[in-house]
Amino acid sequence: MTEMAIRYRGVSKVYPDGTTAVDNLDLDVPSGSLTVFVGPSGCGKTTSLRMLNRMVDPTSGVVEVNGQDVSSIPAAQLRRSMGYVMQQSGLLPHKTVEDNIATVPRLNGVSKKESRANARELLGSVGLDESLATRYPAQLSGGQQQRVGVARALAADPPVLLMDEPFSAVDPVVRQDLQHELLDLQKRLHRTIIFVTHDIDEAILLGNRVAVFARGGRLAQYATPEELLRAPADDFVADFIGRDRGFRSLSFENAAVALQPVTVLAADTGERTVVGPGSENPAPWQGTGAAASSDWVLAVDERRHPLGWLPVRSGGEAAGREELRVGGTLWHEGDSLRTALDAALSSPSGQAVAVHEDGSVAGVVPGEDVMRAIEEQRATRHHGAEQA
Amino acid sequence: MNWLTNNWPAVLELAGAHLMQSVVPVVIGLLISVPLARLAAGNRWLRPLFVTGSSLLYTIPSLTLFVVLPLILGTRITAVSNVIVALTLYVIAILVRSCVDAFESLDRDVLQAATAMGYKPARRFFGVELPLAVPVMIAGLRVATVSNISMVSVGAVIGIQSLGTLFTDGLRRSIVAEIVVGIVATVVIAVVLDQLLRLLGHTMTRWQRTGTAAPHASARRRDDTGDGADTGGARGAAGALATVESGGASA
Repeated sequence: MTEMAIRYRGVSKVYPDGTTAVDNLDLDVPSGSLTVFVGPSGCGKTTSLRMLNRMVDPTSGVVEVNGQDVSSIPAAQLRRSMGYVMQQSGLLPHKTVEDNIATVPRLNGVSKKESRANARELLGSVGLDESLATRYPAQLSGGQQQRVGVARALAADPPVLLMDEPFSAVDPVVRQDLQHELLDLQKRLHRTIIFVTHDIDEAILLGNRVAVFARGGRLAQYATPEELLRAPADDFVADFIGRDRGFRSLSFENAAVALQPVTVLAADTGERTVVGPGSENPAPWQGTGAAASSDWVLAVDERRHPLGWLPVRSGGEAAGREELRVGGTLWHEGDSLRTALDAALSSPSGQAVAVHEDGSVAGVVPGEDVMRAIEEQRATRHHGAEQA
Repeated sequence: MNWLTNNWPAVLELAGAHLMQSVVPVVIGLLISVPLARLAAGNRWLRPLFVTGSSLLYTIPSLTLFVVLPLILGTRITAVSNVIVALTLYVIAILVRSCVDAFESLDRDVLQAATAMGYKPARRFFGVELPLAVPVMIAGLRVATVSNISMVSVGAVIGIQSLGTLFTDGLRRSIVAEIVVGIVATVVIAVVLDQLLRLLGHTMTRWQRTGTAAPHASARRRDDTGDGADTGGARGAAGALATVESGGASA
């Protein structure tokens, strides 16, 4: 049985002017999971989050954290028991990085020396160099500040982490780093994390479960990302998830597709061989078989890493290097159907290039095979649903 | 110069009295203004009451105050305490406003983050709000201090000893050197105190001036595009204001 770390029971927040921020919310968050609250602005996701550490008090209903009604815990004590990361990091500008990270332990009465030592250790775990410890927040980039914000939230080792749009103000490249590092961190730490965002892609990437809020503070759907993409509860959710829903849902399907052999051309020697499943060593090219009849050969470097595709001329001769078409995305065995489909669609030959762990060519998957696999998955699921 | 060599012990004594009469009100005024301003900041009713009320104090002519206060306080008209009380009122007039500005200039996200981490109100005030309010506050403090130094002289008219006594005495006895010494000594005190305050503010706001330093290249591989260069503006403006004001008041 999964233990519930957080429970909302009939929780509403109505402001004196009559605006309903949260409307009769019932929600259970399992312990140790990363749950994302997502929705357009003004949907009550942040308000719901802030009820957890009593930055906002509900007008009705009960909010429980680890089995305790939060309204029965003194606010300061409750807040120190939860990590809090916000947009723009909210670092104290007059304190150094290490003192910022040490904030909550210091409030709890841990000595300066001990809390600073702990802070320096935490810097490493959020991917920052210890040399930053004595800097002030103004000396850091936005991404670095956000990392310090995460370290600060972790400093008192809280079981619950609240993250309020923590990555929305950093540039996309840094955001991607931060998202993946958060996932790594969560793999090691297993905290109960509530993560608020307005970005559905971020929600689907990060969340074990995603709660979609609609305007007026209504919880529209609470499900795994997979369910959300496959079976949106209503038009609002479908609309909010947006385009490419079908395509993105393939991310959750493991690709059961068979690799096909492919003719590869060593770019340095011009030697042609056939690479495919079951053959650890490339077979010599004999000008016959499925791989040979293709209109394309795959050019590879000396380590057999793919370089791109070369069209085959009518005489069976491959075109020169000047006609090399840089290939599409690559598919590692075991990756999702979405990656396989993308690899096939982005490949000039229409074949997804599959590579081994070390990056060398393992074979190819024709686009139609990927489509067939998708169709089979759909049929199986449909069949399963009928039986249930 | 002869006059000064003959009278320097008296001048030193007057300068000491002058310094005491101008600094003590600043300290008392600051202790009163900070809590008043904190209550008023962002408060719909108290803010206009305190800010307008304190500004009105400044419109009372100092001479009037020196004469009226003994009647209210029951002190002798030549008592130093009159000057202390009067100048404290002027300090409050200046500082309440600038302290309100200081508290209202605080970044709300930072305050909220502090609360969300579990700061209780008192600790948040002393540990977060006050240190962050220093840059704006110190500007007001410099204005108040320098304006006090010039105002103390007025007390001499009703017979309270200060460097102003050199003006009244020099005028009555037509000793130009005495008047000049009085002016120079006043200016020197004003400049020295102003610079001491500037230095104090400087050391208390080290965190503000670090934005221009580029983050260490090896610290983080990709996102070290230091974007904190815009933090010096407020301090620069505040400092400039204080400099202008101090120049005007001590002249």
